[in-house]
Amino acid sequence: MSRVLVGVKRVIDYAVKIRVKPDKSGVVTDGVKHSMNPFDEIAVEEAVRMKEKKIASEVIAVSCGPAQAQETLRTALAMGADRAIHVEVAGKDYETLQPLHVAKILAKLSKDEKADIVIVGKQAIDDDSNQTAQMTAALLDWPQGTFASKVEKSDAGLTVTREIDGGLEVIKTKLPAVISADLRLNEPRYATLPNIMKAKKKPLKKVSAKDLGVDIAPRIKVLSVEDPPVRQAGSIVPDVDTLVAKLKEGGHV
Amino acid sequence: MFKPLITIVRLINKSKISEQVRYASQALPQLSSEKYNIKRKDFGTIKSSDVSYFKSILNEGRVLTDENDVMPYNIDWIKNCRGQSTVVLKPQNTEEVSAILKYCNEKRLAVCPQGGNTGLVGGSVPVFDEIVLNFSLMNKIESLDDVSGALICEAGCILENLDNYVRERGLIMPLDLGAKGSCHIGGNASTNAGGLRLLRYGNLHGSILGIEAVKADGTVIDCLRALKKDNTGYHLKHLFIGSEGTLGFVTKVAVHCPVLPKAVNLGFFGVENFENILKLYKSAKSSLGEILSAFEMADFDSINSTVQNLNLPNPIADYPFYVLVETHGSDDAHDSEKLSRFLSKEMESGLIVDGTVTSEPSKMQTIWNLRESIAGAGLVVGYVFKYDVSIPLKNYYDLVPILRKKVGDKALIVCGYGHVGDGNIHINVTVPKYSQEIASVLEPYIFEEVSKLNGSISAEHGIGFRKPKYIHYSKDKSALQLMKDLKQLMDPNGILNPYKVLPDTI
Ligand SMILES: Cc1cc2nc3c(=O)[nH]c(=O)nc-3n(C[C@H](O)[C@H](O)[C@H](O)COP(=O)(O)OP(=O)(O)OC[C@H]3O[C@@H](n4cnc5c(N)ncnc54)[C@H](O)[C@@H]3O)c2cc1C
Ligand SMILES: Cc1cc2nc3c(=O)[nH]c(=O)nc-3n(C[C@H](O)[C@H](O)[C@H](O)COP(=O)(O)OP(=O)(O)OC[C@H]3O[C@@H](n4cnc5c(N)ncnc54)[C@H](O)[C@@H]3O)c2cc1C
Repeated sequence: MSRVLVGVKRVIDYAVKIRVKPDKSGVVTDGVKHSMNPFDEIAVEEAVRMKEKKIASEVIAVSCGPAQAQETLRTALAMGADRAIHVEVAGKDYETLQPLHVAKILAKLSKDEKADIVIVGKQAIDDDSNQTAQMTAALLDWPQGTFASKVEKSDAGLTVTREIDGGLEVIKTKLPAVISADLRLNEPRYATLPNIMKAKKKPLKKVSAKDLGVDIAPRIKVLSVEDPPVRQAGSIVPDVDTLVAKLKEGGHV
Repeated sequence: MFKPLITIVRLINKSKISEQVRYASQALPQLSSEKYNIKRKDFGTIKSSDVSYFKSILNEGRVLTDENDVMPYNIDWIKNCRGQSTVVLKPQNTEEVSAILKYCNEKRLAVCPQGGNTGLVGGSVPVFDEIVLNFSLMNKIESLDDVSGALICEAGCILENLDNYVRERGLIMPLDLGAKGSCHIGGNASTNAGGLRLLRYGNLHGSILGIEAVKADGTVIDCLRALKKDNTGYHLKHLFIGSEGTLGFVTKVAVHCPVLPKAVNLGFFGVENFENILKLYKSAKSSLGEILSAFEMADFDSINSTVQNLNLPNPIADYPFYVLVETHGSDDAHDSEKLSRFLSKEMESGLIVDGTVTSEPSKMQTIWNLRESIAGAGLVVGYVFKYDVSIPLKNYYDLVPILRKKVGDKALIVCGYGHVGDGNIHINVTVPKYSQEIASVLEPYIFEEVSKLNGSISAEHGIGFRKPKYIHYSKDKSALQLMKDLKQLMDPNGILNPYKVLPDTI
């Protein structure tokens, strides 16, 4: 049976309105409600299902971030992860933490913990990088099954159905492997009350990037963060003829 | 595939209530006058000279007369009532409302005021050819005092827009309901809407500080003081709160907005039986005290109908009853600790069989959406008889099983859900198609039973067009007579929202 490592990131909740800081250095996070990145919830769900199907023996959740990342880890534990590792990265360091750093941390932990499968969300909804899974696989030199919409155990490893432009691709990978979860992989469960209570007592270990020997010095510099342009107001046309005329005018038909 | 965030959010967020409704039954309901056998009262009929006059004060675009344009304003949200109006007027300010009413009063033209048209008792649509006066263009916010919390705005502001506006400034609207994306604050005031947090923030007779309204003859009554205390003479604003447009049209309101809670938690639980819900409510009041902001219940059939008909996910397993408990507070750590103690205790006692609890806005939204969608879920599969009654808590759920038995397999769904904290239950009976036969099984039976239990036949939706003939089950003759006298004083020609609220005979 396999040991699964799941990456979970604490992001601004998707129901919250995002506000850019006046100095354009980033978005306002103080006093803003956060939750687990929705794709990471799907990753946790998949790992927990693997455990329930006895494909996995243990699920370890990992989060890199400030102290509050522990709340996200507790959510993963309440969903069914067995233990958690909090890689503390706070303040200025966290503002410049990038997918490469996280991939290095995950790669190191995968070796330390003797993981056979790493599952992460395909992207985090805050910076939309879509890089961590791929970089982790490269650093470990493991096969990768990204944008997974179905993961099944096959003799030698895993059969992964991938969502690609224009359809689905089915691939087979050996183990160990890295998977990234797409939206349709599963519908994550809500943590139930007894499991929320139990999660409070599950082991949560805190380490630093330094402990893991990962250098988190920034590699890229954010020049400016800006609001998307305001959508132009639409106009109501009286009838179909006018609509068609307008579309022609704009060269759309 | 790599998708931008916006697509994902749309995929995760299930359709909003307003959309669900748009997709609900497309067939035209029967004319109210035929369905309920009503006689037109002796009002004037609209002439082209009247339309010209309206165009002269509102200009062309804000006077709708095309049949297709007017149609949606004739039909109510549950597609039960259909009027025959040929003119919709959309004033932009109080002066225009005043000018319209003055003219209509002189010509004895009847007028039906309409807000977001989400009312559930047929009050917001005409019965015959009453002119529809729609408030949607009166949507300006005049001022917000972020110290006192007093918001002054026009009647046509949509509740959700107001809530978003005041939230940006650290406040919330004192009421919240499933129709928030469409209903107007003027409609809320006119129906004295209750909603999901009445338990915590009280009803609109308390939250509305002031009102500006226009009487039938066009006189503007200015009671728009934004003061918490104002004991100068009669408290006239209350005449317009809950009178459903029969005494005057609300043009502006001053509302007291409470502070935006910093900590919000939401629990959704499975409960074995109704008795346990009452025990749980008592316990929640004493354990959660000042942070309790909502205590709602729904039976299995209510939740099941939203899951089946609207395809919404139920976060927990199937249970005979569900309870939703929300807290609003100012300190996360304090609230979670309190909540956690309450949950441990009641899991252990068995009052809560299972459930989930969250403080993540997206998850809370999903759970609230499940609760708020119950009102519309039946419309997807048929016609819904809706009852909104107050019953003393010990008998709160009694009528649901009785009705279930009474209508038997004639109904697709019989379900009960509502605001336990306020003693207010909604009972929905969904049938494939409206029929007089089923109507007569339900009415007046249900009203008689409510009356026997000393309840109210309309807890929060009002009397509107559908219930005047049943109002006597909840109001004494003496009170009805005073209502009539007030109506006579304020609207002697009876042009304001006729056929609504007041019974023909006492
Ligand atoms: C999904 C859903 C959930 C709901 N939940 C609740 C709930 O929890 N609690 C609750 O109390 N109600 C609820 N309702 C009922 C209804 O939404 C509320 O009563 C709401 O306040 C009506 O506002 P509106 O602007 O849509 O008014 P409308 O439906 O347009 O009008 C309602 C009544 O007020 C009159 N009126 C409207 N505007 C004015 C005005 N400016 N001046 C004078 N009279 C006016 C109309 O003539 C009509 O009689 C719900 C409705 C729906 C569809
Ligand atoms: C020391 C002190 C402190 C006070 N503090 C406050 C305060 O903090 N807040 C506040 O609002 N007021 C305050 N007041 C004013 C007063 O006490 C209150 O207004 C109180 O509510 C009046 O009650 P009462 O029974 O004494 O009425 P009365 O003084 O007897 O009557 C008050 C008015 O009501 C009428 N009235 C009395 N009974 C009836 C009835 N059954 N039906 C119809 N009309 C009736 C009377 O004709 C009169 O017009 C205070 C007064 C004092 C002396």
